[in-house]
Amino acid sequence: MTTKKLKKTGLIFFPAFDWAISPTHPEREERLLYTQDQVFEEGLLDFDNIREYKPEVAAAEDINRAHICVPDAGSVVTESHLISAGGAITAARKVLSGEVDNAFALVRPPGHHAMLVVHGARGFCNVNIEAIMIEYIRRHYGHKRIAVVDTDCHHGDGTQDIFWNDPDTLCISMHQDGRTLYPGTGFINDFGGPNALGATINIPLPPETGDEGYLSVVERVVLPILDAFKPDIVINSAGQDNHYSDPLTNMLVSAQGYARLNELLAPDIAVLEGGYSIERALPYTNVGIILAMAGLDYSHVREPDYNPEKLRQSSSVTRAIDGEIDEILDLWKHRHSMKKKVAGDARYFKRKKSIYYDTDNIRETQTETVRICDDCGGMVMIESFASTGNNIFAVVLPPRCCPECRAEGEEFYACTDHGRYNHIYFQDRDRGIFLSK
Amino acid sequence: MILGIDVGGTHTDAALIDGCRVVKKAKVPTDNDSILLSLLEVTKEIIDNSVIPLLERVVLSTTISTNAIVQNKIERVGMLISSGPGVSFDSLNVCPDTHFLSGSINHRGKEMETLNAEEAKRALAHLTSSGIKNIGIVGKFSIRNPKHEFELMELARNQADHVTIGHNMSGRLNFPRRISTTFLNEAVWRIYREFVHNVSDFISRRGVNVPIYILKADGGVMELSGSAEFPVQTILSGPAASIMGIMATTRCKTDSFALDIGGTTTDISVFAEGVPLLEPFGVTIENKKTLIRGLRTRSIGVGGDSVVRMEKGALAIGPDREGPAAGLGGLFPTPTDAMIVLGLTTIGDFQKACNALAPLAESLCCGVKDAAMKIYTETCRKIASASVEFLNEINDAPVYTIHEMLDNRKLEPENLFAVGGPAREMAGEIARLLKTEFDIPCDPQIPVNYEIANAIGAALSRTTAELTVLADTERRLLTIAEEGSQSPIPATFTLAQTAGVCRERLRARMVNTDNFNVEPEIEIVESQEFNIVDEFYTVGRNIRVKGQIKPGIIKECR
Repeated sequence: MTTKKLKKTGLIFFPAFDWAISPTHPEREERLLYTQDQVFEEGLLDFDNIREYKPEVAAAEDINRAHICVPDAGSVVTESHLISAGGAITAARKVLSGEVDNAFALVRPPGHHAMLVVHGARGFCNVNIEAIMIEYIRRHYGHKRIAVVDTDCHHGDGTQDIFWNDPDTLCISMHQDGRTLYPGTGFINDFGGPNALGATINIPLPPETGDEGYLSVVERVVLPILDAFKPDIVINSAGQDNHYSDPLTNMLVSAQGYARLNELLAPDIAVLEGGYSIERALPYTNVGIILAMAGLDYSHVREPDYNPEKLRQSSSVTRAIDGEIDEILDLWKHRHSMKKKVAGDARYFKRKKSIYYDTDNIRETQTETVRICDDCGGMVMIESFASTGNNIFAVVLPPRCCPECRAEGEEFYACTDHGRYNHIYFQDRDRGIFLSK
Repeated sequence: MILGIDVGGTHTDAALIDGCRVVKKAKVPTDNDSILLSLLEVTKEIIDNSVIPLLERVVLSTTISTNAIVQNKIERVGMLISSGPGVSFDSLNVCPDTHFLSGSINHRGKEMETLNAEEAKRALAHLTSSGIKNIGIVGKFSIRNPKHEFELMELARNQADHVTIGHNMSGRLNFPRRISTTFLNEAVWRIYREFVHNVSDFISRRGVNVPIYILKADGGVMELSGSAEFPVQTILSGPAASIMGIMATTRCKTDSFALDIGGTTTDISVFAEGVPLLEPFGVTIENKKTLIRGLRTRSIGVGGDSVVRMEKGALAIGPDREGPAAGLGGLFPTPTDAMIVLGLTTIGDFQKACNALAPLAESLCCGVKDAAMKIYTETCRKIASASVEFLNEINDAPVYTIHEMLDNRKLEPENLFAVGGPAREMAGEIARLLKTEFDIPCDPQIPVNYEIANAIGAALSRTTAELTVLADTERRLLTIAEEGSQSPIPATFTLAQTAGVCRERLRARMVNTDNFNVEPEIEIVESQEFNIVDEFYTVGRNIRVKGQIKPGIIKECR
């Protein structure tokens, strides 16, 4: 065994043993019960370089930096969401203050399907805990280049939506192909808004991708792109539903694969997302991730029924992945010349979305208009109509907003009146201001 | 009458208690080469033939196991460990005579891989052929299913003088701690058994024929003869004795700090509504983290005899002690010398103390009295700030439910109890600093008989116990972790029934051991129930109950 460099790792563990969407819903009380058993039994909290912290409770203003909640933050979240978002914030604070080298927020409920506008819950998520954490970091520690690598088996569509127009937040999502799994999005061509092309990278993987496929994507796509982006902070949206025993998905990843992936990625912060094989996978994958982050030997972390022969991905899967890797790298290479093609000479760029909130059964249609800008991520206007009867208009100013975008955004907010909208919002991510009328 | 004796590292203290009143007390220097001699000395002073017929019980707190471990006078132990997947063997702190065996049990107590008997026999043969007579057996998740530990026990039973098995040590999860606890228990087993034998012999030769109890690290007592199987439970009972003494003499019912200020160290503890807190996982001894339930204390290297010196232009107190204070014939200036100079105490030689402080005064560019004041305040400040840090750590401990998170009560100490040599001189100043520098107003109090609080604590502590009961209704199995018993239950078994089993078993343990015929005060400290869902259908419930009899003072004296 080679000796690895030990790292000081913070662990924010909040299993929320008294919160569930419903008694048999995958997102239920005991989801992290056996993980806690395994973490305690392995004595991980006794390692000198692993330290456990209590999560803080996020406030409405923390949510308002990342979301436009309809009608307001208090109406769409419960205490549990404030604690899991607070847990992610605690992880970030411990890392940025230098108290630890890296941190893992092992919290629930998860958040990566929650989009910029929130009318209710979708994909078991109400608010996006990584996005709340990222905007918290920028508010309190200055503007940072941040990369999110979403390794959950489902496309991180919420995180993608919130940072779609932000060239300083790189969102890479590797997930099971949207043609075979919820939420059905995240294709290679989804590449970021016109001012942020290449800051969104989607890597859809065929069903039955194994450790080999995931690790080769990390080595050949994710790490080179991270190298070029030069982030100040790398975040792993650490979903664990790629596991071969997960009941909701069709992948073949093992605890060894997860641990190795986190070793390669070396995230500053990891935040738990999905993963619903609560007895057979989570205890082992989480222990593997914690050991890998702390620089400890994880080679003995194996599921009791681990059989590498049975988990080997087929050669056709390998071929399909190889083809995708080439395609993504080719697109990435041309990211700088794409803007002209995408936006032409237009001053504004519009996209229409229709969003379904599966957890709360709400339908939303949304139009997003972004100002084409070479100096910042561009001012964004959003018009959203939900089946709840809530119709809203919002202006979002990006971090490091340029004076032109600011002037336009302030003007649009000031002169829009209620008329067809119940609520009008102004989110200034640059100055940390949130207004509504 | 009750006789309480605390054999400490420096002194052996005894208290004879009638009703709840101390009628006689004694203090003699401890003879660390013969704890029996110390017992003889201290009892000679307070026990005579008129007292013996009136004795109801004798309670001892002893350093025998602690000393054996600290001075490395322990026996060689062969460890048989069945680990299964998880952290690597290299990161476990194990003794050289350890054999890792195949076999694994998972978190729910399911056997995932069977034990290999041939492999185990080979390991045993290897251990016995190298002269090892003591065996420790530990399995990962053995408290969820003791099968492998029992199987190994069967094989080892006739090959060794004694065997300790992991799940008997504690019902808590923590495999590395289970290993070190099992190892330590076996390593001090023989020396402790001899002690038990000698004490019983000594006491009966004195004509005393009453139950003898021994104090545990958690401030509870267990019967001497029964304690021979669990010697490791008696480590670090010294700090526990003092804390229980403070509890008994003050009858405290509030959140409080309790300090035992000694020559070398100060032990800090915290009471929650008058009840001392327990370590969340177990006590640590000689860098070995264990599963031994113990009172939660923080020991800092600051005491009356700490060496005072200048470091980088500032006063440094401790953490070392180099003999007594200069005013009492020592070589180095100490906080005690500062207190002598300030006239806070009448012990010691004023001039010697002044002389010892003079060089420090020069470095500080002030008079000797001013230097004494600075040393005194700095000593008290170190204790105050360590107390606050400890309190904050307790208040910031993680919780795992939303309910606890929102409902999280913070401890707010109102009293500061201090015992130990310099307690009387320092308590007021520590309380003043807590108020002015940390905004924690505390009332400083020195308990009566504070110089033998430890012996009183030993005398008046009641029996404690902890029990973990798990019900898995899918597998229709009830497990009592510490007893290693598993029995069938119906699929309809409930949380209330599980708690009922826990109470009943705890009660049975108490009635067998406690000579005071009082109903034990059992509390259920953990009570959780989770669905077990297989592919979206609920197939059973995973029920977890932990009950305890918490540390406390015998009912008559509260």
